[in-house]
Amino acid sequence: MTRYGVVLFFTNSSVMRAEKLLKEAGYSTKLIPTPREFSSDCGVVLRFDWTDCEQVKLILDTAHLEIDTIHQM
Amino acid sequence: MIYLDNAATSWPKPPEVLKAMTDVLELAGGNPGRSGHRLSIAAAREVYNAREDIASFFNVADPLRLIFTSNATHAINVALRGLLKPGDHVVTSSIEHNAVMRPLRSLEKQGVHLSIVPCAADGSLDVRDVVRVMNSRTRLVAITHASNVMGTILPIAEVASVAHKAGALLLVDSAQTAGTIPIDMPAMGIDFLAFTGHKELQGPPGIGGLAIGDNVDISEIEPVMRGGTGSHSESEEQPDDLPDKFESGTLNLVGIAGLHAGIQWVKDRGIDTIRAHLKELTLALINGLSELPEIKVYGPLDTNSTVAVISFSVHHKRVSEVGLKLDEEYGILCRVGLHCAPAAHKTMGSFPEGTVRLAPGVFTTMDDISTTIRAIEQVIHS
Ligand SMILES: Cc1ncc(COP(=O)(O)O)c(C=O)c1O
Repeated sequence: MTRYGVVLFFTNSSVMRAEKLLKEAGYSTKLIPTPREFSSDCGVVLRFDWTDCEQVKLILDTAHLEIDTIHQM
Repeated sequence: MIYLDNAATSWPKPPEVLKAMTDVLELAGGNPGRSGHRLSIAAAREVYNAREDIASFFNVADPLRLIFTSNATHAINVALRGLLKPGDHVVTSSIEHNAVMRPLRSLEKQGVHLSIVPCAADGSLDVRDVVRVMNSRTRLVAITHASNVMGTILPIAEVASVAHKAGALLLVDSAQTAGTIPIDMPAMGIDFLAFTGHKELQGPPGIGGLAIGDNVDISEIEPVMRGGTGSHSESEEQPDDLPDKFESGTLNLVGIAGLHAGIQWVKDRGIDTIRAHLKELTLALINGLSELPEIKVYGPLDTNSTVAVISFSVHHKRVSEVGLKLDEEYGILCRVGLHCAPAAHKTMGSFPEGTVRLAPGVFTTMDDISTTIRAIEQVIHS
């Protein structure tokens, strides 16, 4: 069963902003090193509980945060 | 020791600033935005939180439009050299620091047209003189918020409305005002705000920034430096995302943490309290110096029209001699000469000799001012 999802952003500032927004909204998140299979990029991705996926998307969208991709893990 | 050189750099720094700087190196000393481990993430969080708080200090809604630079000079260069192309027209004032003047003179050689609006001898700027030089190719008005030589505050909101009416943008050099005069970018109509961390924002040297207003089209600004950003690493081209487009290379994490704490300190103390204190000290300086007939004090001599920067010269003495005596015999530290602003000294009639500049800061007391006036009296009569 899928437990987590990860959001990939284009910039590190977006990751930090997303983490802050989701934390303030009470969601459980974690920043983890970008898994190699998703991107050749350096830095981190934001992991969240897959059950929160729709709400997470909504919050990021409302904040006009540009998302690269979202994946199940 | 009495430190009256706060216009060059503020000293001492609040202890909170020193602590924030050592703490961040010890507890969050990874490379912000590069690696995926806890120290890198902790560093990135500090950088992002600082970005948010500093943006909000200048009332910038989008923290990603706050670009960290190494100082005001760097920020001014990012804006001027990023925006202006040969054939563009740019307007500035005759009291600018070389941080503005030198990049403009260099751009002039590359085909940018430059108009320098003359200020009065006391540094004041008549906005009608700005209107007169505007034309259809004017891309930018670049001016200081206040003179670093005589303290004169320029009418930013009025200049903004002149610039915008002509379809131009406004760049403001806030090196002498940020931290002592409230700056609300959208309310004042500022499109680019260059600031430096080490003066009245109470931070360390080596950190500053450029805040970019919502109305500025980022795609029209070329980065002056390109390199690693920790984003889009698969590409060999500079990314267009903010703030990365303008922030290549490892950021000054220690400086950012120190500046963040400095701005928090300013907010806690209250910018109005700080301004009132500095006005009181400045008034005492103006009054004390005006009683000495051998001294000529420059500037508007009105604390509502200036920041806490006072320039004077002595009829029969070299300014360098006055400065040296104040330092060696009285432990009073100030700056003499041209203060990196030859244009301002030409405007007020003190070129090439320069002036003695006294710049009290948040930690200066009324006692310091009385002692200084007595010392100056003794030096000029010696
Ligand atoms: C009006 C003004 N602009 C720009 C600067 C440059 O600041 P920095 O040396 O921090 O770049 C200064 C201070 O030296 C200044 O007083």
